[in-house]
Amino acid sequence: MVKQSLSRRIGIAVLGWGAAFVLFFPLLWMLLTSLKSEPEAVTPSIAFTPTLQAYGDVLARADYLAFALNSVIIAIGGTVLALALAIPAAYVMAFHPTKRTRSTLLWMLSTKMLPSVGVLVPIYLLFRTLGLLDTRIGLILVYTLMNLPIVVWMLFTFFKEVPNDILEAGRMDGARTGAEVWHLLLPLTLPGVASTGLLSLILCWNEAFWSLNLTSSAAAPLTAFIASFSSPQGLFFAKLSAASTVAVAPILVFGWLSQRQLVRGLTFGAVK
Amino acid sequence: MSTPSTAPAKGRRFNGLPLIGPSVTVLLIWMIVPLVMTVWFSLQRYNLLDPTVTGFAGIDNYEFLVTDPDFWASLANTLILVGSVLAITVVGGTLLAVLFDQPFPGRDVARLFAIAPFFVMPTVAALIWKNLMMHPIYGVFGAAARALGLPAVDWFADHPLLSVILIVSWEWLPFALLILLTAVQSLDREQLEAARMDGAGAVAQFVYIVLPHLSRAISVVVMIETIFLLTVFAEIYVTTAGGPGNATTNLAFLIYARALLQYDVGGASAGGVVAIVLANIVAFFLVRTIARRLEV
Repeated sequence: MVKQSLSRRIGIAVLGWGAAFVLFFPLLWMLLTSLKSEPEAVTPSIAFTPTLQAYGDVLARADYLAFALNSVIIAIGGTVLALALAIPAAYVMAFHPTKRTRSTLLWMLSTKMLPSVGVLVPIYLLFRTLGLLDTRIGLILVYTLMNLPIVVWMLFTFFKEVPNDILEAGRMDGARTGAEVWHLLLPLTLPGVASTGLLSLILCWNEAFWSLNLTSSAAAPLTAFIASFSSPQGLFFAKLSAASTVAVAPILVFGWLSQRQLVRGLTFGAVK
Repeated sequence: MSTPSTAPAKGRRFNGLPLIGPSVTVLLIWMIVPLVMTVWFSLQRYNLLDPTVTGFAGIDNYEFLVTDPDFWASLANTLILVGSVLAITVVGGTLLAVLFDQPFPGRDVARLFAIAPFFVMPTVAALIWKNLMMHPIYGVFGAAARALGLPAVDWFADHPLLSVILIVSWEWLPFALLILLTAVQSLDREQLEAARMDGAGAVAQFVYIVLPHLSRAISVVVMIETIFLLTVFAEIYVTTAGGPGNATTNLAFLIYARALLQYDVGGASAGGVVAIVLANIVAFFLVRTIARRLEV
């Protein structure tokens, strides 16, 4: 590699860490504020005695765990259902392509382009008629359909990297399609399938259009719980920060774990 | 990277329909049913609160929409929001991608911190910014301004749309960084080295080699972001509720307000059709770009 002058290298390190600090600052501040008492939380002081009071207050709210549980169930439900639908479809398109496969893939992608707000009215009315408003199963269905194109695409690109010969050999040994996918293909592509699942979990967890519009209390996830802090009387900075930290932390770890593969999923393989 | 897989041996026809059928069927229903309903409702007189309002409306809902100053304001806000966030995230993302492509101590850790905002749920992002950062009395910005002897800015009262733009840009800048960094890393190093040998400076290398290499990735970032940014909702819902007045009402919030606050199904659906048409203009180019890269 090129030898660079020391001052240039220091300059790049300062710029790089400076940019990271600026972008991360609101989250750092959220974490700090969550460790303050309410009176301290409205001051910019960084010299304070850390307390877990705000976390205790948030967790003591009887409904907090209900919101968190809804988030977990809806995100996992939506992800499992999407994977169950997408794995067979991606398998067929990757290993048994026909002349329609290409247009099928592109059509699936195009369904993702339908803006959610454009179909808010019919989905809301359909859900009302079917009794799906404010139900977990309703959100699970919407999230499955919303993410299915991304999940199929991402799995397709991972499956394409497996040489057909390996599966062919299994087939010669008489493996049925189900066994071929389960015992050969999935173990081979496990990291790819896992990061696809992680991306789906992240997207479900953070989704805040349908969750705000289709749920009110019984099935409302954490996005809606946090939104309830927007009313002026509910404005306690330390509690808002504690609730936000708890809502963001797990999914941030998932995001960091899958960041490389995310690019593939989020750009439909257009950038590698 | 991808190994071209050879087609299965001829003569053994594989029936993939039972495997791909379920996905295609549910997506077909998911696409067609709401789309047809939106278009149908947009041609009806239909108010959830007033059952006496019924019948075929023709293009009345559309006529009402385009003669409503709120609609044009929301369209303008949508375009300003999308355009500003795109400009900030693409320019910032490109510079950051080049920066994070350089080796420096702790780079991988710094990158994790830099991309973190992308994984923050919109309601958290909006409320943290509105209260902890931008609050004129209790926020960090206000405290910093006072420390410097400057007047504190009441962001959401004085610059509501700018405030929303800043929050949404913060959420999407890491996305642009992540995608563009991946693209920068696939750059041919020898080409850069050769240019350097020929005496090209850093700026020349960036303009003549890095930027052209990134053009494709940038266009993908622009199109994907546009599709999501056209329907920014939660950030507005929890901060300004579209106000003050209609200063931060974008098309998505206008449709939401028409549908679920005023119960005007016909009018909201007409707005929905407009949103769908706008998104499809962008989607057309996006699908075409991706199709060029697709190998089956």
